[in-house]
Amino acid sequence: MPIRGRVSATMTSDTDTLTAEDPITGEEIEIPADVEVGEIIDSPVTGTELEVISLDPVVLEEAPELEEDWGE
Amino acid sequence: MRIGILYSRIRKDEKLLLGELRDRGHEVEKIDVRKERFGLESTTADVDDLDIVVDRCLSTSRSLYATKFLDSYGVPVINSPETGDVCADKAKNSLALAAADIPTPATEVAFTKDAALEAIESFGYPCVLKPVTGSWGRLMAKIDSRNAAEAILEHKETLGHYEHKVFYVQEFVDKPGRDVRVLAVDGEPIAAMTRSSDHWLTNAAKGGETKSFDLDERATELVERASEAVGGGMLGVDLMEVGVEADADPAEIGGPGEYTVHEVNHTVEFKALDSATEVDVPARVVDWLEAKAVELADGGVSEVDA
Repeated sequence: MPIRGRVSATMTSDTDTLTAEDPITGEEIEIPADVEVGEIIDSPVTGTELEVISLDPVVLEEAPELEEDWGE
Repeated sequence: MRIGILYSRIRKDEKLLLGELRDRGHEVEKIDVRKERFGLESTTADVDDLDIVVDRCLSTSRSLYATKFLDSYGVPVINSPETGDVCADKAKNSLALAAADIPTPATEVAFTKDAALEAIESFGYPCVLKPVTGSWGRLMAKIDSRNAAEAILEHKETLGHYEHKVFYVQEFVDKPGRDVRVLAVDGEPIAAMTRSSDHWLTNAAKGGETKSFDLDERATELVERASEAVGGGMLGVDLMEVGVEADADPAEIGGPGEYTVHEVNHTVEFKALDSATEVDVPARVVDWLEAKAVELADGGVSEVDA
């Protein structure tokens, strides 16, 4: 079961970012405000790939591991 | 228009596409294939009244099945499942290119370690062993000796999945340190770039350096024919220059040349092309999608009954 982190979306006052909970460390992190559900972002804390599960509230989850048939 | 995007992961490519679609006022329906079910007559995905669906699945297996089901409901889908079927499998890809008389590297498929070793020995060293499905240069092997061949074949036999026992052996093309990636829509090139590396694998995903490339007449012709050979659509056509010294300075390589087409990709990534060239790639892609949706509607595509 992937690790999941959740926190209510908070738009910072002077930048286009949201704050969310890093699901690995539990720390509060900033992510771009224009993220999409399904988008993969790198945790600024650990570098781990995180998937945006929802935006309201912001929920991040450890992204799935690379699978053999992934590609283009 | 109402445009569906099949996905399981939003990469920068999808982000660029979504941005362009929304900027033009299109209604976008994101369809995460991991959350949907596909029945024989309908799906849980909201595909009603979609003018067109773009397959951007990262997973080849999901791409092939999801597009097949949507197609069966009469939903216009890009690329078609037929194109996906050919492009997703390197053996089918090679057969389609060869059938269209398009220059492509000599290839043999074998099903046992012994037969694969015979194929490798007949090509001589170096030659290349590739998985029939997969991308980004993963599990590709340049085989330099019989000892290496025996070891790699033994390892592949134990990997588990049956596809690893489909041994796809190919001549090694001594390219000039780079290959050419072309994004084309129904055979018309949108943008092209070279991917250069000191490593024999030049994929952008492997860190190959990208640079805009001007297609000559021969390359343009081959892209058009390769697209047609696999059924058309939005494709990434990969070519290698042949007859050029391997250690030639890429900056000095120009003019009409000869090429071999080694692969056509059906869920093509274009973020590197967008960065490497002056072309507004997502804009050109959406131009084509808009025209394609109209064309498919005019072609009498049946109403969505899912």
